[in-house]
Amino acid sequence: MTQMSAPALSTIRRDFPHVDESVAAIEPLTHLEALEAESIHIMREVAAEAEQPVMLYSVGKDSAVMLHLARKAFYPSAPPFPLLHVDTTWKFRAMYEMRDRMAAESRMNLIVHRNPEALARGINPFDHGALHTDMWKTEGLKQALDQHRFDAAFGGARRDEEKSRAKERIFSFRSAHHRWDPKNQRPEVWNLYNARKNKGETIRVFPLSNWTELDVWQYIRREDIPVVPLYFAAPRPTVERDGLILMVDDDRFPLRPGERPVERSVRFRTLGCYPLTGAVESTARTVAEVIQETLLTTSSERQGRAIDTETGGASMERKKQEGYF
Amino acid sequence: MPPHARSDAYRPEALIAEDIDAYLARHERKTLLRLITCGSVDDGKSTLIGRLLYESHTIFEDQLDTLTAESARLGTQGDAIDFALLVDGLAAEREQGITIDVAYRFFSTPARKFIVADCPGHEQYTRNMVTGASTADLAVILVDARKGVLPQTRRHSHLVHLIGVRHLVLAVNKMDLVDYDQATFDRIVADYVDFAGGIGITGVIAVPVSGFKGDNITTASVNTPWYTGPALIEHLEAVELDQFSSRTRPFRMPVQWVNRPHHDFRGFSGLIASGTVRPGDQVSVLPSARRSTISRIVTEGGDLPVAVAGQSVTLTLSDEVDCSRGDVIASAGDPPQAADQFEATLVWMADEPMLPGRAYWLKLGAQQVAATIQTTKYEVNVVTGERLAAKKLELNAIGVVNLATDRPLVFEPYADNRTMGGFILIDRLTNATVAAGTLHFALNRAQNVQWQPLDISREHHARIKNQKPAVLWLTGLSGAGKSTIANLVEKRLAWMNRHTFLLDGDNIRHGLNRDLGFTEVDRIENIRRVGEVAKLMTDAGLIVIAAFISPFRADRDLVRSMTAPGEFVEVHIDTPLALAEARDPKGLYARARAGELKNFTGIDSPYEPPDDPELRIDTAAVTPAEAANLIVSYLVGDPR
Repeated sequence: MTQMSAPALSTIRRDFPHVDESVAAIEPLTHLEALEAESIHIMREVAAEAEQPVMLYSVGKDSAVMLHLARKAFYPSAPPFPLLHVDTTWKFRAMYEMRDRMAAESRMNLIVHRNPEALARGINPFDHGALHTDMWKTEGLKQALDQHRFDAAFGGARRDEEKSRAKERIFSFRSAHHRWDPKNQRPEVWNLYNARKNKGETIRVFPLSNWTELDVWQYIRREDIPVVPLYFAAPRPTVERDGLILMVDDDRFPLRPGERPVERSVRFRTLGCYPLTGAVESTARTVAEVIQETLLTTSSERQGRAIDTETGGASMERKKQEGYF
Repeated sequence: MPPHARSDAYRPEALIAEDIDAYLARHERKTLLRLITCGSVDDGKSTLIGRLLYESHTIFEDQLDTLTAESARLGTQGDAIDFALLVDGLAAEREQGITIDVAYRFFSTPARKFIVADCPGHEQYTRNMVTGASTADLAVILVDARKGVLPQTRRHSHLVHLIGVRHLVLAVNKMDLVDYDQATFDRIVADYVDFAGGIGITGVIAVPVSGFKGDNITTASVNTPWYTGPALIEHLEAVELDQFSSRTRPFRMPVQWVNRPHHDFRGFSGLIASGTVRPGDQVSVLPSARRSTISRIVTEGGDLPVAVAGQSVTLTLSDEVDCSRGDVIASAGDPPQAADQFEATLVWMADEPMLPGRAYWLKLGAQQVAATIQTTKYEVNVVTGERLAAKKLELNAIGVVNLATDRPLVFEPYADNRTMGGFILIDRLTNATVAAGTLHFALNRAQNVQWQPLDISREHHARIKNQKPAVLWLTGLSGAGKSTIANLVEKRLAWMNRHTFLLDGDNIRHGLNRDLGFTEVDRIENIRRVGEVAKLMTDAGLIVIAAFISPFRADRDLVRSMTAPGEFVEVHIDTPLALAEARDPKGLYARARAGELKNFTGIDSPYEPPDDPELRIDTAAVTPAEAANLIVSYLVGDPR
């Protein structure tokens, strides 16, 4: 039993006594540096192997980090793929401003797709419930991918967001009908990604798979990445509905009888369509204060999104199988 | 709230509330440890992971609420919280109460961030375990204190050892159910050490824990005063990371992508696999072995004075050396070798068994080549360590094989360098990842002769010609230029030392097919015979250039179906009838128009153009020489 004692703290010095000082003196890679290197490696693999890659850009903080990493991965070249925004016409106004600014700054081509059928039928989150997400986002995304023949699409999803995402590969294949088959995923060993597709198949690629919400915020702070101001607390006109604090971002918001917008100091932990995205009451005005609140908070990030709880626990898994990102 | 209070060891520090900037400065220095947890079905693995997340304050209150509700409905822990429900993410898993796929979980302490690959224990999910182990610095092997070391324990230990996980922790779980009995713990550990030593595993750390109650997870438990080692998380925070050992090895960087924004900049992007690199370092570009010097380490945040294993960088060289995706930039003083025949271990991951002689794609780093298993030396029984005679490998089987590649691979033994020695095999038809493999060493040719199968296969014929057989099938109207282009193609390939043979309508009809006329039946038979001859020639390893009018789609498709997938290259020599008729090099159109020739394609017999040929050559737009160049570059320029 003697060999089972506690390990001594190992050091490079002890284990590699012959290594020259200059190597031993280099600081270890931090978790953010390791995550950054992994994400960049993934993006370069896609650029090298896919025929028609595209980066899904949803204007949120994860997209901001993903875009930042893409610019680093290919510097001094511009990233060799366009940005695709699957628009629902119901995003916060501040998101549209940020989107146009970042597209210009990154020297990347921005493709905005709005599902013409949803537009014609006037699909909206107030009258159509789940259909709103299905038509604008899921169907809209499929249309855009088909129309431009994109064979690989980067998405900013992280494995810590939701249980079915924790099981998804970094290179996640979709059938010609954009369906995900969770039981038939390719093994992903080491950092070797098999990007070979069958006819009609496309790949969703998730370079931020191993990042957590906290990693994302820490990286935004470290790299000084611009994000939509809605992530920071400010007085905003809001109503409280079904347990969510919603922001009245424009005059399309139908107020119920007796309902009046109230000014609250709020911020958003995730950003989507403004009528579906719950705010949290907050005073955090800087990235550091947001991190502070995040660390001291007691509820998980997606709680503010109505979409996950629509039909019980397996809602996201079902949506993903149908082609949602 | 949970029945078992969590310890205060990792409660968010007061510093968060008081001085967030100081807190963040400290936490930006965290390192990253990847680990895998493995255990049998009921060893309590998911519970242990749930406990780690809970103790490190990774689980939020809303998740805890959901968990409490789901525990009451689906849980297996009575009234208590079933942490397993937290990590079993797919609907099928929660319904069946089993883990099907690898799940990745995250937690962090003030010292480190941890990525946990949670792998299912069942034998049929060996491939998932290999997936999780491939990136792990450390493995936690769980054993139920009531059951001791099981066949599953041995299998998991063998697998993680095979994949080269450097640190092993034996977590003897459910100690609460054996009254924290030291003798039970000692017996299990002795058992395990006995087995592990036998297969070459040393330096195991054993910890008595209870995932359910929380003993020895974050701090020493009062229930096990006889245990003096570290608590589980203490050990995870202290263990040495792989990034340190890989940075002390010679420099290697597989080139992923060539960065050329404009003519004045040519950079080589990749993730450094091992070693360190500085401007001024002498390097060798492999496999060409051209030497150069590192000029800059370019990043968006400015040039770096030094970069180490694990970083993604872009390097520029001081000379204009040829270097592209798949090449490896390595230290000139100690470069890796290139070889085309290897001994390797394979973990077979597909339903369809591995068959010697079949060709697969092999991906190693950024290199992709065609590879063939020559022989299976033996299969390994992962429970007993025994070597078994085997020819093929079934799903989840592990074996040692000899394999050959169609081009030299730049490599290092896996034991020395995971990136330079780990590979995957990809099925050429389904594109599925069918195996993970590790290279042991290169076989030199003299050594290898005795391993050749006695039956010389078509792959062998092709290999000794160092080429991929193909049928370049040129179809088009009479007078389109097929023979002229075919001749030029063959000349160019001959200059490139390719072994070819030209089948032409005229030379075949003078001999093999002189009994055939020009009726529809005879035309079909003509093409069928040509197809059979082409097939025999590809079996012999040749590149066949066939120039035939072959007007009917069905006949061309028949030939395509006779040849191996990917070997038939249909080239439509596309010339408008009017142009072909104007050229009329043999005066045939004139005779057909005059009624002297019957069933002449384009005049009184139809030509069905290909719907989706591999290549279409518009002879009105390109010269015969340009056409030949297009065909040759399609053949040799496409690495797939």
